[in-house]
Amino acid sequence: MSVVDLNKETAVGHDSHGHHDEHEHHELNFIRKYIFSEDHKVIGKQFLITGLLWAVIGGALSMIFRLQLGLPEASLGWLKPILGHWITSDNKLDPEFYLAAVTMHGTIMVFFVLTAGLSGTFSNFLIPLQIGARDMASGFMNMLSYWFFFVSSVIMFFSLFIETGPAGGGWVIYPPLSALPQAIPGSGLGMTLWLVSMALFIISSLLGGINYITTVINLRTKGMTFDRLPLTIWAFFLTAIIGVLSFPVLFAAALLLIFDRSFGTSFYLSDIYIGGQALDHVGGSPILFQHLFWFLGHPEVYIVLLPALGITSEIISTNSRKPIFGYKAMIGSMIGITFLSFIVWAHHMFVTGMNPFLGSIFMFLTLIIAVPSAVKAFNYITTLWKGNIIFTPAMLFSIGLVSVFITGGVTGIILGNAALDIQLHDTYFVVAHFHLVMGSASFFGFMAGVYHWFPKMFGKMLDEKLGYIHFWLTFAGVYLVFFPMHYQGITGFPRRYYSYTAYEMFGGAYQDLAFFISIAAFITFAGQFIFGFNFFYSIFKGRPATLNPWNSNTLEWTTPIHPEHGNWPGEIPTVYRWAYDYSKPGAEEDFIPQHIPLTETLSSNLPHETDALNGIKITPTH
Amino acid sequence: MASTASVIEHPTTDLWGGGVEPLKASYGKLMMWFFLLSDAFSFSALLVTYGMIRHAHAAWPEGATLFSQEYWPIPELVFTHFPFTHANLPLAFVGLMTFILIMSSVTMVLAVEAGHRMDKKDVEKWMLWTILGGLAFVGSQAWEWSIFISGSHDGLKLADGSVLRGANLINNEYGPPAFADLFFFITGFHGTHVFSGVILNIVIFFNVAYGTYERRGHYEMVEKVGLYWHFVDLVWVFVFTFFYLI
Repeated sequence: MSVVDLNKETAVGHDSHGHHDEHEHHELNFIRKYIFSEDHKVIGKQFLITGLLWAVIGGALSMIFRLQLGLPEASLGWLKPILGHWITSDNKLDPEFYLAAVTMHGTIMVFFVLTAGLSGTFSNFLIPLQIGARDMASGFMNMLSYWFFFVSSVIMFFSLFIETGPAGGGWVIYPPLSALPQAIPGSGLGMTLWLVSMALFIISSLLGGINYITTVINLRTKGMTFDRLPLTIWAFFLTAIIGVLSFPVLFAAALLLIFDRSFGTSFYLSDIYIGGQALDHVGGSPILFQHLFWFLGHPEVYIVLLPALGITSEIISTNSRKPIFGYKAMIGSMIGITFLSFIVWAHHMFVTGMNPFLGSIFMFLTLIIAVPSAVKAFNYITTLWKGNIIFTPAMLFSIGLVSVFITGGVTGIILGNAALDIQLHDTYFVVAHFHLVMGSASFFGFMAGVYHWFPKMFGKMLDEKLGYIHFWLTFAGVYLVFFPMHYQGITGFPRRYYSYTAYEMFGGAYQDLAFFISIAAFITFAGQFIFGFNFFYSIFKGRPATLNPWNSNTLEWTTPIHPEHGNWPGEIPTVYRWAYDYSKPGAEEDFIPQHIPLTETLSSNLPHETDALNGIKITPTH
Repeated sequence: MASTASVIEHPTTDLWGGGVEPLKASYGKLMMWFFLLSDAFSFSALLVTYGMIRHAHAAWPEGATLFSQEYWPIPELVFTHFPFTHANLPLAFVGLMTFILIMSSVTMVLAVEAGHRMDKKDVEKWMLWTILGGLAFVGSQAWEWSIFISGSHDGLKLADGSVLRGANLINNEYGPPAFADLFFFITGFHGTHVFSGVILNIVIFFNVAYGTYERRGHYEMVEKVGLYWHFVDLVWVFVFTFFYLI
């Protein structure tokens, strides 16, 4: 098939699917413009706001169980208006609700905030803008993706309020606990709703992911080769690939669990006695569920983390006024992480009685992940090195990400070790590890992205001073909360426990540490409301944004301050260079956006660029 | 800094260079491919589940002639029924079903090929055959299920003297409960896919008949549902192998 044919087919394809090349703009009514919108920018903002609301709920749940952990003697009667019958008659938190709060905190933060909120927001918002496309490949599917997420959110939210409480078996919902309603109240209706909600969530994620991948492959503007893509796009692209390949496995696992729960099958169940009564279920295997779950569960960690790393790459380079160090190494390390993420899942299962030889293989593969992760960390640091650093709030959050990513990553090497994991499995050491390396790092990336792209989203600037206060409270906060947990973990504190009164040591000497963590957590949580205020106030009353407030190179800053559906009023810009021409020697300014042709930058062109320019002048390619 | 006066109209002719469709496929086709890749992982998860649970059960003992809940059954002894006859024809019915499904893939290829020739009449004809093949398969599967559910004439005598006849999600006369659980779940999951495919094919058939694609100038939608249909076929080959052959 010749190139001419291809172009014809492109035109045909676009004709049939509406608004890609022909840019007729007709005013849409309010519902089509802001609610059932097919504009990727509006959908991105819908994901952002839904994600932020979920973050408040997920955070508030953690406050409730931190109250219990830090102040086990306190009277919680004042929470009765909110929690109702979950506060017992002696003004204590109901242990069942404690379990549910821990479960829902995990579920909400991992899936609804850091998957849908982070990836949903920035993949939607940035992919078309940064690759030079009018919109996603399929705006309609993109809209469906948000509304499936919305329905999934409604169901999950609803489950918080039912009589028996939301799911309570931990966010990993291991059977048999999650499969048997008679085991705990949290495995009743709450668990059913959890599964239904997650099934819808997976459909949403699939619709979004297929769209992101296809858009990046097919809709890049002229000149936007894969080796000129901003690292944000590479990160979103690989994240989407991970999601498309790992979520269906969770889907299958969840369907099987639904059948075990509701239709009497025994895929995960065997030889169970409840209250001395033998159940009918025989022949299944709960370990099977763990394998299926972690085949998603581990890649999920990178679904959460990679977008944050991509956002950070972009922000650190822009605000160091330097090209990103090792652009291709960054891409290579992300591809490496993507690949490895699929073959390390069983390191979550070292203590399930697996063959130690198999354990050592998974340990080996797990520790290899340290290599690409270290490449990324070093590249961030070397990009910052001798940079002309501009400390915007986004930049602070990006540097904060690098910090917590390293701190949390180092303990990953310890936990990835099958022998050490025997001691540390399911202790607070694990909690400390993943809250730093995945939770905090991704949250910092999320915040960095919001501070950096807020001007493009809303045409207004966020207040910087409030941003600095928010950053320092959060940065100090996460370290004060999660660092002491390493000590708790080393002493053997198991996670997910309601209280530690059964053990002299835990109840005594370490209680003040738990108290300290809780106070730090309360302050950190309160600090987030500074951001909440800043966010909503600035949307309406913020300082108007300029066209390119951070003097950035990427294409989104070539659109108008308030881009309409279609992004560019005229032609889509053509791309002539990579996204990181910052402080190029010989250039007039310290940045050269991607759409500036080499012919306009003769003084700063590198030898190979001059050659390319001359070569193409002599032999035109068409 | 205007980008207008540029020497390089096409900065690159490399297919990966943006502004072109690098895999020579429209976005719709790419989306279908990625969906199928994703769906392949769902089925893989289910077949891995099958393998793991079956492996955990005892195999059919050498020389055994009766079903037992102690060990996994042999499919040739379970699926021996053929509609309208009482003859013992192991795997004949499922063989016919498989043949029908594969033939419907062939007719789908012919429909796509007719689409390339812009031959509306032929597309209609071959789509119709594909739909018929799909319906025949789903119908046969329903029949297969109902035979499996109602069970054999004698059933299985249990230790307590009672007779277990037929199969459901909790018990079955052919072997451990997991055998029927997995059979119903995985063939059911596949059957749902075939059923959805038939619905899609019917929608596309009507679009073809109304001339939607003729006006559009190409029959790419037929190709897209074709991809799905071939995928469903391919998955059946695996399901068939796992449940009936090994």
